[in-house]
Amino acid sequence: MDDRELAQLLEAIETIHEHARRMGLDGFPMRYEICPADVLYTFGAYGMPARFSHWSFGKAFYRMKTEYDYNLSRIYELVINSDPCYAFLLEGNSLLQNKVIVAHVLAHSDFFKHNYRFAQTSRNMVETMSAHAARIRRYEMRYGRESVEALLDAALALQEQVDPHQALRRAPPVEPDEASKAPLRPSTPYDDLWELDELSTQARGEQTRVDGSNSRPGEGCRDLLLFLAEHARGLAEWQRDVLTIVREEMLYFWPQMETKVLNEGWATYWHARLMREMELTEEEAVEFARLHASVLARSRTHVNPYDLGYHILLDIEQRFGASGPGMSQPGDAAWQKLFEIRETETDLSLVRNYLTRELVEKLDLFVYRRDGDEWVVTDKDWHRVRDELVQQMTNCGVPVIVVADGDWRGSGELYLEHRYEGIQLDRVYAERTLPYVFRIWGRPVHLETVLDGKRAVLTCDGGRVVWK
Amino acid sequence: MSSRMFAVSRDDWSLHRTGHMDQQRHKEKVKEAIRNNLADLVAEESIILSDGQTVIKVPIRSLEEYRFRYDPDRRSRIGQGDGNTRQGETIGRAAAGPGHGSGGGGAGDMPGVDYYEAEITVDELADLIFADLGLPNLKPKGRPEMQQDAPRFDDVRRHGAMSNLDRRRTLKEAIKRSQRSAVRLSITRDDLRFKTWQEHRETHASAVVLAMMDTSGSMGAFEKYVARSFFFWMVRFLRTRYRTVQIVFLAHDSRAREVSKQEFFTKGESGGTRCSSVYELALSIAGERYPPEEHNVYAFHFSDGDNLPSDNDRCVELVGRLLSHCAAVGYAEVAAHRSSAGSTLRSALSSIEDPRFTCVTIRDKSDVYPALKAFFHGGPPQGPG
Repeated sequence: MDDRELAQLLEAIETIHEHARRMGLDGFPMRYEICPADVLYTFGAYGMPARFSHWSFGKAFYRMKTEYDYNLSRIYELVINSDPCYAFLLEGNSLLQNKVIVAHVLAHSDFFKHNYRFAQTSRNMVETMSAHAARIRRYEMRYGRESVEALLDAALALQEQVDPHQALRRAPPVEPDEASKAPLRPSTPYDDLWELDELSTQARGEQTRVDGSNSRPGEGCRDLLLFLAEHARGLAEWQRDVLTIVREEMLYFWPQMETKVLNEGWATYWHARLMREMELTEEEAVEFARLHASVLARSRTHVNPYDLGYHILLDIEQRFGASGPGMSQPGDAAWQKLFEIRETETDLSLVRNYLTRELVEKLDLFVYRRDGDEWVVTDKDWHRVRDELVQQMTNCGVPVIVVADGDWRGSGELYLEHRYEGIQLDRVYAERTLPYVFRIWGRPVHLETVLDGKRAVLTCDGGRVVWK
Repeated sequence: MSSRMFAVSRDDWSLHRTGHMDQQRHKEKVKEAIRNNLADLVAEESIILSDGQTVIKVPIRSLEEYRFRYDPDRRSRIGQGDGNTRQGETIGRAAAGPGHGSGGGGAGDMPGVDYYEAEITVDELADLIFADLGLPNLKPKGRPEMQQDAPRFDDVRRHGAMSNLDRRRTLKEAIKRSQRSAVRLSITRDDLRFKTWQEHRETHASAVVLAMMDTSGSMGAFEKYVARSFFFWMVRFLRTRYRTVQIVFLAHDSRAREVSKQEFFTKGESGGTRCSSVYELALSIAGERYPPEEHNVYAFHFSDGDNLPSDNDRCVELVGRLLSHCAAVGYAEVAAHRSSAGSTLRSALSSIEDPRFTCVTIRDKSDVYPALKAFFHGGPPQGPG
């Protein structure tokens, strides 16, 4: 990009910002950075300009980069929830592409600033994560790359097992020292006798639990990473720190996972609107139409969040009185409704409250599933489609696993419970993931779930992983 | 402009190498995983049947990023059509279960195909596999006729015959000179470069593989597949050590005959088994066509061991004679269903005490690699005789 093009870009940004302000968008101050594809894809893979190093990011980077090199997919921008808000533009974007991206990321910035799910997120995460990276690098030098990697492998496998709503409600009742204080009896030849005793205590425990009293260490805690960081016995301080880092970063990203449809819909709505305000040449208009269409491109096997979010918002706008798509005016009812939704909804509530029968039919959404070795459309009923979407969005599609007992049978073993809601766990994945819990916990771990309609317990004692 | 709410910058990102570094680490892990899975990969169908395709995809399970997740096969999903999708319509085919290659053909677009596929060239894989292999018990075959002076173009000079002109180098010189002195590009006498040769003394060592297989009724598809993957790597390995490798395919039931490669791996026959027949044929072919002074003969026989018991003694005797002719002789018993005891033929052959004779049992695909290692146990790489 030469100086003349840069000047054009600056001018365009100025105009877009002006239009956005007039229409009520209110984001953080923007920092646009122009960077080459390699760098943009690195950021894409890591989610941040600077993040700790792990081979899984290298794998993601490689995949994205290859797809870019083969022209299979291309990301044009990356935007970061921070104040100021960083947006990275791909070097080699045309002026028009950059205009669209600026309009798009302005709406993201506004969304980050106003959506209630983001209220708790740190706005200094760029610096924080860069500091995390430096700390982890120090640990690598001090404790060896292999041991840090082994811990990160485990922590990243469990990173989704956090409680994203923790900040919004009271922390679960965990007595911090209970687990670590739990007395370990010296082993004696009479242990089996004591176990009999324990069995009856256990039975009693079951009853008290039904009664609602809460006496087990960590019981009900669904923030597994936090629980492990605080209560796993054998961990060194740096290891607890690594777990905390992974957890903190996941909690920062979680609201973005929860609002993918709404956030992208919002940004798409606004880039379309703001581009309408711009004076485009004929070629630019064609290029824009093409770009906008590619953003909304559909796939038979996935729901495109841009497309779904965009159409739900357009539908709401019209239902609340706008004369056409993108025709609401600052201050009128439709405009107010849209701005209220961007503040108070997540994907889950957006779909539950605003996905109508007409939309499901218009967007030709359907439910499909595997039947033998084919994928078959099983339902077109709009209730089913909506409910299925809602279910997939619940907890971002991550199974909820809670601590049932952090000192099972008084032996310091960890008993986890999958909150089964009709869809069973991936058996193989569970078998491979539980050893990671063991790696951190350091004692046998158990996971209770339901397989084929029957209660099943997976146990890992370090060596073997067995179902009971 | 003082109240401007944005800034645009372009930094020097050239130092930003994180992605590449972690990618490198990922590659290392892939290689490590491949090394740990060699036994499975050696018999990987996509490789054995690749026929000239140089890049292959191998499933690497240990590099999946495991987590607690729902069973993808039991979930319903949401898709989006172009306006008139109907209930009951098929929108795609699921890939075969993980563990088999995804088979290509757009399967990647469908959900559930999640395991990581590493791309590796057959050569890279071969390097890993051959790292532990060596040629066993070589006797120097120092026949002078086998050495010849052969010309090899490996030098560049300023003088020579125009027919040996190295155009690329000449042009490079001309460009260099014209750039140095800032004149128009033209080729002068000083720019000319010629390829020249030197005489090298080369050994025309060649190897011959006598591939023998029991094709009697009891040998099924699995047995043939195992033999096929074994011979695939055997020939490939010998090619790294010898200038030429010839293969002679000998099939037998109660009688032996020489067959084509195609027949060798596909044809099934019926009838009883007499292994001595194929050893006799091997001996006569080796004796007629491949005198041991000039050739390194490797004989390898695959059978399920269902031999006529009365034939066993004769087999032992013939293998002994083969050994005097061959660099190495191997017998592999493919016994997917047999108990651990092994056949009577195997126990008879086990009595042969010669370090150049190897006897292995193969129960499943992952035994092919150990069998290769057992046969080519010559330790560190040695030159051919």
